[in-house]
Amino acid sequence: MGIADHGEPDGPNLSASRAPSEDGDGPAPGDVAIAVRGLRKSYGGVTAVDGLDLEIRRGEIFALLGPNGAGKTTTVEILEGFRTRDAGSVSVLGCDPGSQRRRLKGRMGIVLQSTGVDPYLTVAETVAMYASYYPHPRPIDEVIDLVGLGAKHDARVLKLSGGQQRRLDVAIALAGDPELLFLDEPTTGFDPSARHEAWEVVRSLATLGKTVVLTTHYMDEAQNLADRVAVVAAGRIVAEGSPSSLGGRDTAIARIRYQVPVGLHPPAQFGGEPDPDGFVELHPADLTATLHELTGWALGHGAVLDSLQIIRPSLEDVYLDLTDGSETRPQ
Amino acid sequence: MSAATLTASQIRYVNKAFWRNPSSAFFTFAFPLMFLVIFTSLLGHGKVHLAGRVVHQSTYYVAAMAAFAVITACYNNIAIGVTFQRDAGILKRINGTPLPAAIYFIARVVHALLVAVLLVVITVTFGALVYHADVPSGAALLRFAAMLVVGAASFSALGFAITAAIPNAEASAAIVNASILPLLFLSGIFIPLGDNSPSWILWIARVFPVRHFASGMQAGFLGTRFDWTDVLIVAAWGLAGLVVAIRRFKWEPRT
Repeated sequence: MGIADHGEPDGPNLSASRAPSEDGDGPAPGDVAIAVRGLRKSYGGVTAVDGLDLEIRRGEIFALLGPNGAGKTTTVEILEGFRTRDAGSVSVLGCDPGSQRRRLKGRMGIVLQSTGVDPYLTVAETVAMYASYYPHPRPIDEVIDLVGLGAKHDARVLKLSGGQQRRLDVAIALAGDPELLFLDEPTTGFDPSARHEAWEVVRSLATLGKTVVLTTHYMDEAQNLADRVAVVAAGRIVAEGSPSSLGGRDTAIARIRYQVPVGLHPPAQFGGEPDPDGFVELHPADLTATLHELTGWALGHGAVLDSLQIIRPSLEDVYLDLTDGSETRPQ
Repeated sequence: MSAATLTASQIRYVNKAFWRNPSSAFFTFAFPLMFLVIFTSLLGHGKVHLAGRVVHQSTYYVAAMAAFAVITACYNNIAIGVTFQRDAGILKRINGTPLPAAIYFIARVVHALLVAVLLVVITVTFGALVYHADVPSGAALLRFAAMLVVGAASFSALGFAITAAIPNAEASAAIVNASILPLLFLSGIFIPLGDNSPSWILWIARVFPVRHFASGMQAGFLGTRFDWTDVLIVAAWGLAGLVVAIRRFKWEPRT
């Protein structure tokens, strides 16, 4: 349930001061796909990434969750080698994407946030063309079927819907049979059914043993897809963990909420004044005992607690709490 | 896949996309022939004095439109096509793959050259059949081919270079035309330059590559003197374009 240690002082010699960390040169340990320490990047005085630490294991689906402008895209574009970094150490598949980009290109697949393909080629031609750039491509028809575009095999890109074009983006990224796949906001602008289709594709990637790094500002997307989630706000990781444990969700104090049965007056330990709808909310120190006493009291009075609920903070609550006030930071 | 096979397969994909784009195929092929018919009909009944020789204006236009066709196929098509690809995010995606940048560039240039050769063949055949223009042969044909290859490569390099000055795809046609149309007029492509043309026009024609390229093309058709200096000047512009393209080329939209 790791809240990232963002309270640490950051100096310019950050990577040097953490002696055991990777320098990006040597091969990474077998189970680490991406290791980032103290990553910084600013554009013309505006800080986009501000001392970000990250470790992504091989074979996991990892989500960077955060509001627009939090620094997600800048971070992944540094990992992909499109941007240089100002400071920090980065190791992707044991290589430094800044200086060893050429060696990395054949091992990664990239789905950019906004990207195009030639509108006049067919789906199969497009995938075959990109596959030809890689040393060990996957069979083209297999890739097309994997993203569910089998029926559109010979259709021109021009004729595809937005959701189908996005699936083609994923097919292109898979064409070179990469070890690592980046998906930058893969479903932004999709209608709900297109999003669910895209999620199916991403889930099927996990069965191929790929490491998948995706960015999103949709909480349900992170919750549905990711093995682990890191919440990014103002250029740093503010929380990291599995979707169910993020930000201490699993251990946070649960609330009991119920509607006071008509004609009854609950004793003080079961909450005071009901709200206008007749609901009372409790914050019990011992959930099990309090629940037992509450239901015992209700049974004793022959009452039914129809709307009894136990509430834990949702991922959305955690997210809004963690990213509070960072929405306006420019990217 | 070896570099040569990869280049060949890349050319095939560029070619497919080119022919399936109705506007690029239409403008590239229809314009030179349309202009050839229009200018020959309007102005094609006189004679032109060219480097001490007198030639039929219709024959003059066959050579001029062949040069125009090559410039359109290389400079205009590459500048507009590549800017579109840059703005659509296609170039950024390619830049994220292991495809060597040189193969991307070479494939586009070779494709433009092949289109240019086809256009010249069509224009010359049309000119020979309709206007009884002379067709280059023998040593003249070889010199003509040299000028064609150097010109196509140089105008392609300039097409890549000008993309650095084009902010977005909407502006590309305007900037490309603004940079080439005045030069086409000032270099005698549409209206022959004579000895009585204003000297500033002759100076501009002498500095920029269009006039030199057209002169080299005309030598093959009209039997005028072929000057290797023309080839060198066009090649120098091409090299300058290559340097600018290498230093200033952007793989990502300029926003």
